[in-house]
Amino acid sequence: MSASKKRLRYTGLWVALLIAVVLAPLASSLPDGLERVAEDHGFANSAMSWWEGIFPDYAVTLISLPAVSTALAGVIGTILVFALLIVLGRLLAGGKQAASLPKQP
Amino acid sequence: MHIPDGFLNAPTWAGMMAASVVALQLSARKSRGQLQAQEVPVLGMIGAFIFAAQMVNFPVALGTSGHLLGGALAVALVGPWNATLVLAAVLAIQALVFQDGGLLAFGANVFNMAVLAPWVAYLCLRYLPGGQRWPAWSVFWASFISVMAAAIMAALQLAFSGTASLSKLLPAMLIWHVLIGVGEGIITASVLGFLQRSGRWAGLRERSI
Repeated sequence: MSASKKRLRYTGLWVALLIAVVLAPLASSLPDGLERVAEDHGFANSAMSWWEGIFPDYAVTLISLPAVSTALAGVIGTILVFALLIVLGRLLAGGKQAASLPKQP
Repeated sequence: MHIPDGFLNAPTWAGMMAASVVALQLSARKSRGQLQAQEVPVLGMIGAFIFAAQMVNFPVALGTSGHLLGGALAVALVGPWNATLVLAAVLAIQALVFQDGGLLAFGANVFNMAVLAPWVAYLCLRYLPGGQRWPAWSVFWASFISVMAAAIMAALQLAFSGTASLSKLLPAMLIWHVLIGVGEGIITASVLGFLQRSGRWAGLRERSI
């Protein structure tokens, strides 16, 4: 049972990475629903930012090829979300169930 | 539907930030009582999937695009308390690393997409009729309605902040998000249908909260 659960976990991560690499570069660059409403109703220009982030707009600026840049940003973000949730989840799960915890590689 | 900074006025973003802090604390407390160590990688995986899927904007119509929110997907798999934490983690990385969604507007974005959307989806999955007989249909509607709810809430926040009148914002947000909500429903029903057929999702009731 734990073997099949384990397969589920990591399959999901691989699928996410595959989406980031293959599909994210193909994403539509059209404005999303909210951006469109902001444009149509004249408040799009009031958007501002005082923190650029590290890879603004999902682009790794070191890389000039847009598809590769987006794919790399996607991989980085996917791993960061995974890692953040592992840390948070471990804090929340605490020492509970330690006895039945499967050995992590 | 990620609100950038500059759209919301101070009372709105501050109020939503306070509401979201309360919701996150409560979710963490509820999750702490139930989350098992073996489930932790599942949370990470679902967050990773939703992050990647949110990057994939699909065109809806007339020069507009949308992407999965993932509220219904997360709630169906890990229940509402964990879903809020998973989606908040996605939003945090998006705002901090990718400049997607404002930092001051973080509370509003968490409230709309990490609290309201999964809870609305949860209530729909549980209480809309037909969930047992037509699971895919029920998942579709739960997903669709969760996107509508988030869009309505965003319209209310924008109107309260004085960007435009609610009578203009509400129909405008709803028109685009009806289309985005259909996409949400199709993607969520497909993913859950696949997981159910391969024996990895046993339905909301067995896995709730």
